[in-house]
Amino acid sequence: MSTTAAQQIDEIKTTPWSGGRSPFNVEYGKMMMWFFLLSDAFTFSTLLISYGALRFSAPVWPAPSLVFQSFPGLIESGAPLVFVGLMTFILIMSSVTMVLAVEAGHRNAKKEVVWWMIGTIIGGFMFLGCQAMEWTHLHSEGFWWGQIPSPKVMQEFFKEGVPLTQQAMSSHQFANLFFTITGFHGFHVFSGVIINIIITVNVLIGTYQKRGSYLMVEKVGLYWHFVDLVWVFVFTFFYLV
Amino acid sequence: MSSETTNVHAHEGEHSEHEGMTKRRIWNVFFVLLGITCVEFIIALWLAPTFHWPSHFVNPAYIVLTLFKAFYIVAYFMHLKFEKIGLALAIIVPILFIIGLILVLTNESHYWIDLRL
Repeated sequence: MSTTAAQQIDEIKTTPWSGGRSPFNVEYGKMMMWFFLLSDAFTFSTLLISYGALRFSAPVWPAPSLVFQSFPGLIESGAPLVFVGLMTFILIMSSVTMVLAVEAGHRNAKKEVVWWMIGTIIGGFMFLGCQAMEWTHLHSEGFWWGQIPSPKVMQEFFKEGVPLTQQAMSSHQFANLFFTITGFHGFHVFSGVIINIIITVNVLIGTYQKRGSYLMVEKVGLYWHFVDLVWVFVFTFFYLV
Repeated sequence: MSSETTNVHAHEGEHSEHEGMTKRRIWNVFFVLLGITCVEFIIALWLAPTFHWPSHFVNPAYIVLTLFKAFYIVAYFMHLKFEKIGLALAIIVPILFIIGLILVLTNESHYWIDLRL
């Protein structure tokens, strides 16, 4: 009897947390990418929650359906959400090409990885171009950090009879928050595009083929999907709510 | 012996990374995301204005739909659903701290609006 008890004690445990192997079963760099994204998620949430708090406490707010109703270069007004809908579609689409690049990487199909990565980069540049047009449009109306449109233009974004002082105050808050938060997101998109270009060059010169694994594509993929994830929230809280 | 076991585990790890996202599944997730976005547009452009849905009904609906989209992106595109449960918890549980900030600042903003009025 005592021998069986001793055997039980001596038995090597194989549970994930009993040592001898990585309990998370991911490569170090990938885990660190996840932890970086967690910290970035906190940064974006503080920005968005501060926006929410300021907007809650404001008696009036410029209506999104009136502020964002143009398709720059095509339709001057009366098309709410159409342009931002296109931007959302572009970003979701580039997320799909990214995940297809990762899938091709699992099969070690170098050519396919390159093509899907190029598709992702093009999507990123298209999104940045759209955002530049959106910013230019708002800037031409008079919005910028610390700047608001003339009272005549500003009146169009509010209901009739809202006092000018209230309009001015919430327009200031809206302008600062909009350019800061979409700017911070756009900066993430821009750095994501740069990282994607570097990785694509590495794929082309065969770095990962020699290494035998396309795990780096997966890691930058995580970053790219995170950028898409943040946009989903920015889209809801700036354009829909 | 020990190198043998690590080999087995490495192989298991490789296997679990390969399962999950096939091309078919990727496109399925894409259509789910596109569909949810279309529902949001239908609410914002058609349902809410024609039936005069109040904002305290529409806004929570947007937020729930957004959280659905976030789930699909994180679980499938970012592959978190197919990772070890320990890693998934290490990422998701700290996110819950954000709820604390939401509660604090919502409370605070109610106080601010009382100061202003």
